[in-house]
Amino acid sequence: MKDYNDIPGTYVFDITMSQKGYGLNKFCETLNREEGREQFLNNEDEYLKTFGMSEEQQEAVKKRDINKMLELGGNIYYVFKIAAVLGHSMQAVGAMMSEEGMTEKEFQQMMINGGRPIEGNRSKKENNNG
Amino acid sequence: MAKIIGGIGTSHIPTVGKVIDNDEMHGEYWEPFVKGIQPARDWMKKNKPDVCIVVYNDHGSNFSLKDIIPFGIGMGEKFLPADEGYGRRNVPTCEGYPTLSAHIAESLILDEFDIVMSNELDVDHGLTVPLSIMYDQPTEWPCKVIPVYVGVVQYPQPRGNRCYNLGKAIRKAVDSFPEDINVAILGTGGLSHQLQGQRAGLINQDYDKKWLDGLVNTPEITKDISHTELLREAGSEGIEAIMWLVMRGAMNQEVEEVYRFMHTPVSNTNYSLTILENKEK
Repeated sequence: MKDYNDIPGTYVFDITMSQKGYGLNKFCETLNREEGREQFLNNEDEYLKTFGMSEEQQEAVKKRDINKMLELGGNIYYVFKIAAVLGHSMQAVGAMMSEEGMTEKEFQQMMINGGRPIEGNRSKKENNNG
Repeated sequence: MAKIIGGIGTSHIPTVGKVIDNDEMHGEYWEPFVKGIQPARDWMKKNKPDVCIVVYNDHGSNFSLKDIIPFGIGMGEKFLPADEGYGRRNVPTCEGYPTLSAHIAESLILDEFDIVMSNELDVDHGLTVPLSIMYDQPTEWPCKVIPVYVGVVQYPQPRGNRCYNLGKAIRKAVDSFPEDINVAILGTGGLSHQLQGQRAGLINQDYDKKWLDGLVNTPEITKDISHTELLREAGSEGIEAIMWLVMRGAMNQEVEEVYRFMHTPVSNTNYSLTILENKEK
């Protein structure tokens, strides 16, 4: 296991993940252009088939399951473009990914309160021993 | 000769750009931020750099994962704001400085930094938000801009030490440019934030403060901090802090920190700002 895989709740976008997620991120990159956004919004199922994505990756996009996309090699900067096209803010996305099933408002309040604390979120190993 | 007159570190939060563009930067949430960045705007007005070298990372906007680039420099006469998925920002186009870009690129390569040269480059929030923070909403940016980008998207990112040495090489290049111009260098991104996963929203103010103290006073130690430590302590996107090391490398060993401001939250980030000036040797 790589040492950074001990960080809880975090998908480190390393070279292996980048290879795995290439098609998914390639799709996301097309959302930088109006024609890509139009295809995604009006013809999603067919459009998703054109990037060499796995069935599982296409399914994760259709379900708007961001953590699943990250797990399957999506990079947050790329995957966020899907959310942006659909009109979600980064804080709404933050809430969607939080395991507590947080609302956007609750996520915003957590940030106002100083953010998610590092204590208890530093290391899987530490958490299991503690 | 050209001279580096200051080094600035600032976060480059996209929401800040959006809120400035929409004239919505007021109210309780934004007041401390507006007040906190004013001294940086004053510093720019007083010191009037002719050129800003902005060290930033592209967020899948101009670049894709087709080719993954560790370090690059913009060579052109102008750089448009990039469409990142929601249209181009309504901010001025950046005017480049092709002769200085060429001089820096040549100097870097002869110094064994084989930098990628981009003759066409759209710049995303990583570059344009720091300009908005420093200059607000002018009809044109009051400085020329040289974009220097660092590949931060994929792990392993360039090591901190490499970034620091790139800064030193940029300094050498600027110092040998024969025009009498003043140059500021901006390191952008960070500090602690995590946008992704179940740990999204992570902030570590204590770590940021310690890291920034180190950047200012003992960069020779801070540059060697491991990526895993940064990912763990400052969040998965907090690793953008390595770009501040490029800026620090371009400054003297001894600097004076003339201003610092840190504030949580700005969107999902511990917003951080520092202004460094060289101490005369």
